[in-house]
Amino acid sequence: MKLLTEHTILEWLESVKDPEVPVLSILDLGIVRKVELINDPINPFWEITITPTYSGCPAMDVISTQIRMILFANGISNFRIKQVLSPAWTTDWMSDAGREKLKAYGIAPPQYSASGKDNSKVVCPNCGSADTTVISEFGSTACKALYRCENCLEPFDYFKCH
Amino acid sequence: MDHLHNYLLHLADNALILGHRNSEWCGHGPVLEQDIALTNISLDLLGQARYFYQYAASRAGAGVTEDSLAYLRDTREFKNFLVLELPDSDWGFTVLRQYLFSQYQYLLYEKLVDASDQEIAAIAEKSLKEVAYHVRWSKEWVIRLGDGTTESRKKMIASWNILKDYVGEFFIASDEEKMLTESNMAVDPVTLREKWISLVNPVFEEATLEFRLQKWTQQGGRQGMHTEHLGYLLAEMQYMQRTYPGMEW
Ligand SMILES: [Zn+2]
Repeated sequence: MKLLTEHTILEWLESVKDPEVPVLSILDLGIVRKVELINDPINPFWEITITPTYSGCPAMDVISTQIRMILFANGISNFRIKQVLSPAWTTDWMSDAGREKLKAYGIAPPQYSASGKDNSKVVCPNCGSADTTVISEFGSTACKALYRCENCLEPFDYFKCH
Repeated sequence: MDHLHNYLLHLADNALILGHRNSEWCGHGPVLEQDIALTNISLDLLGQARYFYQYAASRAGAGVTEDSLAYLRDTREFKNFLVLELPDSDWGFTVLRQYLFSQYQYLLYEKLVDASDQEIAAIAEKSLKEVAYHVRWSKEWVIRLGDGTTESRKKMIASWNILKDYVGEFFIASDEEKMLTESNMAVDPVTLREKWISLVNPVFEEATLEFRLQKWTQQGGRQGMHTEHLGYLLAEMQYMQRTYPGMEW
């Protein structure tokens, strides 16, 4: 039997998507912080450490359940899912692949590192114009803001720096 | 129960009660985008409340859960600020209260990030980023409506006339805060007062509203002495658990 590694588990977790933004996996989002085998002498187990994006994000419970399901489906039952709050999740942890997927999906990816304050140049994911206007600080979910492109006139979601 | 337990409940209750009040706007906001914005703020607050309740429950043990803390305590056991339970008269009242509280909450969490209790520090760190949005969003509305039409201005002045009697409660240290501050587990709210005034003042100025924080204030929320409004709020919020005890989704 193939020895189970952290790498294999991460591969499985790649198939767990954010229910609100189904093109992004929880690895793309930086929600999975660590996968580690805890060598408890009596009962060794896998510890999956995750961090929530936004405090009230209803997707987090769904994501936890999906992680459980995928591990059970692969015959793993000796695991624990640990939620950590610190360091607080930031869009800086989003992978480059994730940013590209977002853009292709029609959501403008976070433009700057969360530490930078300049949010002025959000680029339209449809036409690439930087001539855009914020409509609302909050979009369809807490992680997004609503923008409008002044060039192609299409409204779009912007995944905010956080 | 110990001081830390009471402090955690105070932090959680503030977030839960304001989150619930805001959620009453769901489907009633002036425009769709703002309806969604306020609902998102409610979710953030609900999430923060859950972290504090979960932590309190993990310390309390024996059958105490985040749900029992939220759904099975009565008015006299709630420790939120009175201002957060007041019913919304209009959108102006909602955004002004949100701004005044978010600005206070921001200063508080900013300090709690360095608290000696790791769990409180982590929750504060996580929530601070969200509260920064709440401040920004509500501040814009206060300015827009204060310096808006004759009607919106009139409503903002009326809202402040109610809120000014309550916001002073933010800055009264409770017994547990005094005790916990000694071991750097809480923040003495008195130390936040001047900074809060210096941030709120220019916003009121820009909104062409008159601001003066008076000495006298309504108080008692932290001791469980609430307004008549909290009972009605809890009756609605706790209805399912009270009617079908132990019910789960
Ligand atoms: Zn465009």
